[in-house]
Amino acid sequence: MNLISQPWPWYVAGPLIGLMVPALLLLGNKLFGISSSFKHICAACIPAGISFFKYDWKSQVWNLFFAAGIILGAFIAAHFLRGAEAVHINPATTAQLQAQGVKNFDTLVPTDIFNIGALTTVRGWVFIVLGGFLVGFGTRYAGGCTSGHSIMGIASLQWPSLVATICFMIGGFTMTWFILPYLLKL
Amino acid sequence: MKNIKYLLAGVVFGIILIKSQVVSWFRIQEMFRLQAFHMYGIIGSAIFVGMISILIIKRFNIKSISGEPIVIPQKQFSWGNIIGGLIFGLGWAITGACPGPLYALFGSGIWVIGITLLSAIFGVWVYGLVQDKLPH
Repeated sequence: MNLISQPWPWYVAGPLIGLMVPALLLLGNKLFGISSSFKHICAACIPAGISFFKYDWKSQVWNLFFAAGIILGAFIAAHFLRGAEAVHINPATTAQLQAQGVKNFDTLVPTDIFNIGALTTVRGWVFIVLGGFLVGFGTRYAGGCTSGHSIMGIASLQWPSLVATICFMIGGFTMTWFILPYLLKL
Repeated sequence: MKNIKYLLAGVVFGIILIKSQVVSWFRIQEMFRLQAFHMYGIIGSAIFVGMISILIIKRFNIKSISGEPIVIPQKQFSWGNIIGGLIFGLGWAITGACPGPLYALFGSGIWVIGITLLSAIFGVWVYGLVQDKLPH
């Protein structure tokens, strides 16, 4: 297996992601999680007197360094480790998506939906802007995201995280099976 | 400078997210359409390795590199876990990315995701504005 030219299989990537949990604990008692970084950015840049953002965000600044590292690591992987190529998904998924109106399968996201020009269309606003809003609002309301709840939370045997993860999946299935086909047609 | 180690941890995580294709909108579609094991294998094995790691840290009372005892606070249940979780799930299937992959997609050069990131941050800001009025 060539780790540079080939995508990594689940049994390599999953355990490596799992090791982020002890790595951050040992580096400084930090809990693996990403979505809190959005809150710290709000507290640092646009607190607007809202009590939710009145806390010492500087004490949590490690999380912003972690997020910046993700951007940098992704840049490295995309440019030097052939990480931005077409994704070989199940042909059944490709066929379903094509039937529902997705056209471009050449990179990590369908660029016919996710491009700056799409912001002149309703569909572009739904996928690029509304989708992001729901991710931000939802993760903060839920108290965490896939990393903080599904991985860190469940790995540390916290039942509220299991509840949250089940709801993430219910929301995702509901969107994919019952709503997304209509959104793709907008 | 003590935060540089977290930047490096982020770099490693960013590379993993890209090389495993977790960041791909198409992989998330496969997952929610139950047409591939890839994402389930990744999330499941990540939880398993994380759980074993925490058990080892607790069992042998391993300290952090600066010598502090490892502390994992207990999460309190809130109705937000359910309602917010459902809202996030709806958004996850639209963007094809949760927060980590949003940062990673942006870094990989899909610049339009920068707008999705700003919108996510705005979503958190709106949550902060209305959280007193929401059930928890």
